[in-house]
Amino acid sequence: MAAALAVYAAGLMMLDISPTRVWHGLGQLGTIAGLMLPPSAGGHFLLYLDALGQTLSIAFLGTMLAAGVALPFGFLAARNVVANRMVHVLARRSLDTVRSIDVLVWALIWINVVGLGPFAGVLAIASSDCGSLAKLMSEAIETADRKPVEGVLASGGGRLMTIRFGLVPQVLPIFASQLLYFFESNTRSATIIGIVGAGGIGLHLYEQMRVLEWQEVAFLILMVLATVAAIDVVSRRLRLAIIGRRGA
Amino acid sequence: MHGFTMLPQSQLRPLLDAYAHAVATRRRIVLAGAVLVLAAAALSAVGAEVRPHVFWANLGNFGSYFDRLTQLDTGARVWADPVSWYWGLRRWSVQLGQTLLIAYVGTVTGAALGLAGGVLASRNVTPFRALRFAAVRVLEFARTVPDLVFALVFVVAFGLGPLAGVLAITLHTAGTLGKLFAEVIENIDMKPVEGVQATGGAWLSQIRFGVLPQVLSNFASYGLLRFEVNVRGAAVIGFVGAGGIGQELIVAIRRFYYSDVSAMLLMLLVCVMAIDLASERLRSRLLAGDHGA
Repeated sequence: MAAALAVYAAGLMMLDISPTRVWHGLGQLGTIAGLMLPPSAGGHFLLYLDALGQTLSIAFLGTMLAAGVALPFGFLAARNVVANRMVHVLARRSLDTVRSIDVLVWALIWINVVGLGPFAGVLAIASSDCGSLAKLMSEAIETADRKPVEGVLASGGGRLMTIRFGLVPQVLPIFASQLLYFFESNTRSATIIGIVGAGGIGLHLYEQMRVLEWQEVAFLILMVLATVAAIDVVSRRLRLAIIGRRGA
Repeated sequence: MHGFTMLPQSQLRPLLDAYAHAVATRRRIVLAGAVLVLAAAALSAVGAEVRPHVFWANLGNFGSYFDRLTQLDTGARVWADPVSWYWGLRRWSVQLGQTLLIAYVGTVTGAALGLAGGVLASRNVTPFRALRFAAVRVLEFARTVPDLVFALVFVVAFGLGPLAGVLAITLHTAGTLGKLFAEVIENIDMKPVEGVQATGGAWLSQIRFGVLPQVLSNFASYGLLRFEVNVRGAAVIGFVGAGGIGQELIVAIRRFYYSDVSAMLLMLLVCVMAIDLASERLRSRLLAGDHGA
């Protein structure tokens, strides 16, 4: 406890954080907050709406693409599907590596490959998510009930059939609800990656901040917040419906 | 015959029909869902300007990008000459340390704020209804706005440098942890709290002696988990000028200093993985101690 506090104090010193600086900055922040009122689109509402649609498209397509890539990897990394230890460990490690690279770094890499624009954003979200999705999927598969698999085996089913009829029906609802959850969080990520030039509403947000148009910045932030809140509500409903169907 | 008797056709028929009907209905629902998802995917493919031909044409770039990442300016492979690969080791280490400090200070401050917010936002221990509503809304706001957006605003208000990064992480952490903390507090056993109340303890002592002992190990575990996330966050927050190794990394990426990029990415990866491992150990110890008590 004492050590933790000592590191904290040292951190404050080394990062050059002093009460006066914080106080001064808070004053500035107050001024900025004042300038943000009232939020206004500055006549670019349709442009921003289009960008918001683009952001949603990036999030949706990125999630779907990640799911497509993650599904086979998830099965490969699951202990009860692939018995080979080498494959299992290798799959896990490479997934961990992919997961540790942030979506912004992926965006910068993909911009080099496919150029500036939303397509790079889609690929960035897909790459950064397929690691975590595959990991979650493999965990869901590992915790699945063995009995249906044994049942399929007992009635003469082959290896692929045990996966199709024994495992898939158990894990599909879990996958679907996880995908919805990722879509939610990707809407937020998709906002950010625009800042490095990968399309969507983040690009406008960054530009308006650069030219200190605070009213439009506030408007854009509100647009994002409203969208995220709406998606939260819809996806919570959908998730409940999906999980509920499994219970029935 | 086979040791079991078949139902007569007249009774079997309706059962089979009912089964076929049930399967057909389910198939229709799944099919409709699939069509809907595909339609949405097609629509967003147009929205996101997906260009498969560009992707295929430039996919080679992706491979060669990684190839260039492992090449020094002289054309030699990076692992053949680690000394010139890590020419900036001292500088990068200092910046990586700064990133870790930003994450640490931000997490601790955010957790403290999140604790206060969580107590106020939990249904069972909040002192006033109105205060609870306000706390929930504030936490929601802090959680929903991405930390990078906070960082962008704070860089303008507080100037370039780590302070903006720390504050951005603090705010975002307070939002996420505050919600989790509130959920934990809402699930506690209320008897100790009532006990403190019965012996005449004020609200603050009820929290201190009734609530905190029950939730502390859980909170510590959540805090550690958040620290892992924040290390990653602190690394990229430098992209907008809020201190740490991100500032150096984005310059290297933008100016195509390939070997520098790979050197810094590798340092970051190793660091993140080490922290993940250490915190996983610590967390399992924390939770195990909790069950033992």
